[in-house]
Amino acid sequence: MGIFDRLKQSLTRTRQGLVEKIETLVSGHKSIDDDLYEELEEALIQADVGMDTAVDLIADLRREVKARGVREPEQLTSLLQELIGDILGQETVPLNTGGPPAVIMVVGVNGVGKTTTIGKLARYCQSRGQRVLLAAGDTFRAAAIDQLEIWGQRTGITVIKHREGADPAAVAYDALQAARSRGADVLIIDTAGRLHTKSNLMEELKKVGRVLGRELPGAPHEVLLVLDATTGQNAISQAKLFGQATGVTGIVLTKLDGTARGGVIIGIRRELDIPVKFIGIGESVDDLRPFHAGEFVAALFDRRDKETV
Amino acid sequence: MIKGVKQMVFSGLAEKLQETFRRLKGKGRLTEADVDEAMKEVKRALLGADVNFQVVKKFVQRVKERAIGQDILDSLTPGQQVIKIVRDELAALMGGTQSKINVSPKPPTLVMLVGLHGAGKTTSAAKLANTLRKTGRRPLLVAGDVYRPAAIKQLQVLGQQLDVPVFSMGDRQSPVDIARAAVEHAVGTGRDLVIIDTAGRLQIDQEMMDELAAIKAAVHPHEILLVVDAMTGQVAVNVAEAFNSRLGLDGVILTKLDGDARGGAALSMKAVTGCPVKFAGVGEKLDALEPFHPDRMADRILGMGDVLTLIEKAQASFDADQVAKLNQKIKNVEFTLDDFLEQLQEVRKLGPIQQIIGMIPGLGSMKKMKELGDIDDKELVYVEAIIKSMTPWERNRPHEINGSRRRRIARGSGTSVQQVNSVLKQFEQTKKMMRQFSEMGKSMKKGGRVPGNLFTGKGNPLF
Repeated sequence: MGIFDRLKQSLTRTRQGLVEKIETLVSGHKSIDDDLYEELEEALIQADVGMDTAVDLIADLRREVKARGVREPEQLTSLLQELIGDILGQETVPLNTGGPPAVIMVVGVNGVGKTTTIGKLARYCQSRGQRVLLAAGDTFRAAAIDQLEIWGQRTGITVIKHREGADPAAVAYDALQAARSRGADVLIIDTAGRLHTKSNLMEELKKVGRVLGRELPGAPHEVLLVLDATTGQNAISQAKLFGQATGVTGIVLTKLDGTARGGVIIGIRRELDIPVKFIGIGESVDDLRPFHAGEFVAALFDRRDKETV
Repeated sequence: MIKGVKQMVFSGLAEKLQETFRRLKGKGRLTEADVDEAMKEVKRALLGADVNFQVVKKFVQRVKERAIGQDILDSLTPGQQVIKIVRDELAALMGGTQSKINVSPKPPTLVMLVGLHGAGKTTSAAKLANTLRKTGRRPLLVAGDVYRPAAIKQLQVLGQQLDVPVFSMGDRQSPVDIARAAVEHAVGTGRDLVIIDTAGRLQIDQEMMDELAAIKAAVHPHEILLVVDAMTGQVAVNVAEAFNSRLGLDGVILTKLDGDARGGAALSMKAVTGCPVKFAGVGEKLDALEPFHPDRMADRILGMGDVLTLIEKAQASFDADQVAKLNQKIKNVEFTLDDFLEQLQEVRKLGPIQQIIGMIPGLGSMKKMKELGDIDDKELVYVEAIIKSMTPWERNRPHEINGSRRRRIARGSGTSVQQVNSVLKQFEQTKKMMRQFSEMGKSMKKGGRVPGNLFTGKGNPLF
């Protein structure tokens, strides 16, 4: 199955949430009127796009409809697709390079799937011929180190670890030294999940970044914020505060394989301009894909097939 | 004092509503146009809190019907009146406090936790064991997540920390068999409460949902609790509906409420499934599980903070005699650094500063949070060290602490002269504010309002 099909399959549920809704709306209307706009706005809000973004999108849609002289309700879908595409940007944003080793720090709130994402990301880098090293920087949560080690065993990648309760910055320091002496191309650092509003924990994260930067100028080259697709408007606050603390360079959107709609990334991209770099679309180790904005929107708005899952 | 704090409830949504209604002052009755305007703000607040769209729509409709044509009570402004209706309706929708677990007359009582990946089931299982142990139960934790790497180990570590036994059969047995064996084990070892942790799963994954149904059929839990992340968006209703229709839920545990998520999911789930939220996870420590208070959650969803919890905490922590003594001192302007230190210690008893801030209305909003975001409990440790490095003479005469004394205090407390200066400055500000308070106390009785900056701003000496 090609990447596009795989993506489409996993996004089918998302599409059912948003696009089918929009299509039903659109086909139920004979002309473009205020009711239709209002219903479209509601559909966007229900996809977690957020009220402000939804209102703005609809305002843009109205403007475009007027400017282009669109009269058929059916044309609204593709127009809306275009507008969302504009916000997300069409291109894929690759991982930042640097080093060696290129240092990737993975951050996020509790339970979004950081450790799982790291396992998948390690496999992804490995499949591209890179030598990868992992750092067990979540020294707080019970058994988090064991969890990462199991991923290490699955991928055959060494995990640098300290004891539970150790200073995560010290783990990062050791891992960086190890990565250098072993000639690793990529070092991926796990961190403990933390709520973005806890300033002391955010300070801890800053320290990890500082230690890395001092040892290897430019590091961390990539700070990936892992976001759970089921998250609502709080995701924007997460992106803002993690961004302030660590300079987030990209987002990984996980758990897109449920009915979660992930619409909040539209609001995030619009407000903060942090690109989505990967999406997690399943539980197996290969289920992490580079995010293609164009494909994402296309799959989201695909009209041809209506397969049910 | 406490009355004053309650007045501050009006912030966030409330501020906006007040604004909307300012021009209506003097009107005796709410018209449809007035209410429509207000409902727009209510809608925005609820959606921003991730309450499900359909739920919002119905809710707004109901509030509107109730509000239009109502006589405005003498004691309230139109804005306050609408807020009151909104709050009452929200609280009604959320139901009363129901932080009770169905206890089986024939032990053991079986509790099963279910939910999506990463909702916080394993942590909640441990917290629940800890909470219920305090009520005299003898819990047994059951490691039923055989899928996620190291999930069993996680529960075992948590069990060890709590000194609660954990039943595990490794990750090669089916969760159904594990649950069955765990119940037998509990009976054999005299455990009267069995808490079964299960793997996270998608509500649309039939096979995995079948597994939960099979566990239910095998052991007949007395209580099936859905664990839900407070940050969940619109999809919360689908999740709750799916788990409820398949398993028949008895309640919800709402986790990660210690962040800035407003937790609209709680409202959505209650509205859709009728299941009450029974407990709330409010921190990383194993005692951070609280009974859920629907009325306070209503305020939080509306952006009005959790004043009542704060008041309760303050009442529980502050010694009434001490407060009386302090008041006397303030009146006589005898407030010293010793009192300042005592006061700081009282504030610390309330809990981590971040948690306290979260409960104060108005601070939930991002801009103000940012100002206060840097407050660290550690700063209080420095303040304490500095004051304790002073002689009793100095503590009673802070204004006579000269440069060389400041240097000595800094050395003694392991801080810098700047830090000593800032503590002395904070003290002066507190003293000044205390005086304002006592003066305000008099005017409050005549209906005066607490100044808006009471709890805000980094210069606030209370923090």
